[in-house]
Amino acid sequence: MSAANWRRAMNVQNPRPAARNSPAPAREARVRRFTFENPVRARHVIVLAFLLAYPWFATPFFTYQIGAQTLALGLIALSLTFLGGYGGMISLAQMTVAGIAGYMVAIFGAAATDGVTLGWPWWLAVLLGIVIATLAATFIGWLSVRTEGIYTIMITLAIGVAFYYLVLQNYTVFNGFQGEQKVFPPTFAGLYWRDATPFYYLTLFWALAGYLFVVYLVRTPFGIALQGIRDNPRRMHALGFNVTAHRVAAYAVAGTIAAVGGVLFTWYNGLVTPGSVGTHWLINILIIAVLGGMRHPVGPFLGAIVFVLLQTFAIDVIDRERFNLVIGLVFLVIVLFSRDGLLGWWTALSARLSTQRGAATWKAARGRLYAR
Amino acid sequence: MTRAWKVFWTLVIAVPVVVLTAWGLQDNARLFVVTFLNGLTLASLYFIVASGFTLVFGLMRNVNLAHGSLYLLGGYLGFFTAQFSGSWLLALAAGFAAAALVGLAMQVSIFRFMPGQDLRQTMVTIGLSIVIADILMWAIGAQVHQMSPPPWLDGPIRNLPVIRAYSTYRFSLLPIGIVIGVALWLFLNRTRVGMMIRAGVDDRAMLAAAGVNVNLVFATTFAIGAGLAGLGGVIGAVELSMVPGEDTRLLLASLIVVIVGGMGSVVGAAIGAAIFGLAETYGLAYAPTYSVVFTFVILVLVLAFRPRGILGRPA
Repeated sequence: MSAANWRRAMNVQNPRPAARNSPAPAREARVRRFTFENPVRARHVIVLAFLLAYPWFATPFFTYQIGAQTLALGLIALSLTFLGGYGGMISLAQMTVAGIAGYMVAIFGAAATDGVTLGWPWWLAVLLGIVIATLAATFIGWLSVRTEGIYTIMITLAIGVAFYYLVLQNYTVFNGFQGEQKVFPPTFAGLYWRDATPFYYLTLFWALAGYLFVVYLVRTPFGIALQGIRDNPRRMHALGFNVTAHRVAAYAVAGTIAAVGGVLFTWYNGLVTPGSVGTHWLINILIIAVLGGMRHPVGPFLGAIVFVLLQTFAIDVIDRERFNLVIGLVFLVIVLFSRDGLLGWWTALSARLSTQRGAATWKAARGRLYAR
Repeated sequence: MTRAWKVFWTLVIAVPVVVLTAWGLQDNARLFVVTFLNGLTLASLYFIVASGFTLVFGLMRNVNLAHGSLYLLGGYLGFFTAQFSGSWLLALAAGFAAAALVGLAMQVSIFRFMPGQDLRQTMVTIGLSIVIADILMWAIGAQVHQMSPPPWLDGPIRNLPVIRAYSTYRFSLLPIGIVIGVALWLFLNRTRVGMMIRAGVDDRAMLAAAGVNVNLVFATTFAIGAGLAGLGGVIGAVELSMVPGEDTRLLLASLIVVIVGGMGSVVGAAIGAAIFGLAETYGLAYAPTYSVVFTFVILVLVLAFRPRGILGRPA
């Protein structure tokens, strides 16, 4: 069923039923034609040019620690945005999926530990890592879609923490508390990809790929059906859609994105330990996604910028140990006062500046649900 | 489910359990019985903490992921109270009161203003758990705090058959858990407030229409649920020791217990706690590396066949 048919069947004018405060139909039609026929705006060009030029004026520290880390974390959080914002399923196990990919790269490829790694070629290890992580994500999805809404968050958290304890206690495969050390990107095509600039471009490529993939996917019939399921699973079921299959497929897609991000993040850190799949990081991914906003795939990257900057520079303002307090408070403020993270404030602000009607949007942006 | 299927599933579950029990008893009876008691007493602690979690969820649909932090808070408060006053019972009361007050403050100042927004409330509890855990670490530090049991529960019980001796305090967890469980059941089923809470679980709007101050009922329930976490914290401070990270462990335990037992059901929490406690302890005793896998397999099996838990009802 095409998107247009679906909208007719659903008897809604706008693909996003949340936009109840939308302007009059005539204006809306014009806006929609504009976005669908000419999706490239000036701000896209500016941001892309900035991202491409970034390593040429930033120091290696900023390129690697800030730039590459933001993009890798943003990619993992993007998988949660896709699941949560478009599928309505908040999974806390996305870092677990990313961690599985990282562990598999270390186990099949090269790491510092003897006996645990197989030492296969890096491309095979990466491929296997992503495939296995995607399978794991599909399994997690199959388990958690049997439950709804609020149950999902609990079950994925339980699965994530269970995986943490598994890698912590298991020494034969996962090397226990030590984890896998010295998991580095390979030397390929004459470049050592751990160097700041090549690694930045590597993460940038995959982050852009993931972003464009999500932007594309949410406009395909699958993506539209998924959003329909988010808004009203019973209606979609009555229309003949297989709700469970769509949801599991969403988990699989998100799993692949998270797996790519996980491989990059493991390479960035140079190691993968139980700590990197612990509760702390499971929740950090949620914080990043919620901080940025879940209504658009650019949200997680915005959230990741704020998160990484806070993490890096909180040390200068306050004690390094108190980073959790700062990020916890920032998260609380965002959750309490914005409907959709930074994006929500941005939308409301731009609406307020551009139209008279904006005040209503501003009002709606405060204290409503940001994702169902 | 037809009768034949019920018999089939009972056999599928019962036969391996009976066979493994027979093998365990024949192989090393003492280890088996001690593990059984350890499992049940641990289950008792899990039940105390998880019953508060399930109570709050059942009424308010609020998944309080700060429940582990309340456990830690209660445990620390109990520890210091016991240190100053020397009374374990006073420590219990302090732990309960501290967690209940924090829970009450959370309900009155935050959750009251976002009714029906499950997901947002959950996000807030995540934020709160990060903040509370970090403040506790700031104020108290990361070292291990271990409470000593009260004198009248210290030392082992001797002259027992098969296992010879067993820790008195550890054994006393079992009656404590049973007493709390029964008290909770009586409170919910035999008192007026309990009746209101049960009515609220079924239909909040109708309860409000009947002239009950729903906010008051919610606040009471939240305070009791949080208080139970604090109470569990004081009890666990002796048995498990208090250290940052225990909050996550107990939160995970509560989650699994209520997922297995069924959200919102106190009896379900008891069943879930028994299954989880026993599985974890037997796993640690017989296959230490993979103990968490047992827990996980149980979770998967329950979810696969009963997505809402053993005693769960549709939300």
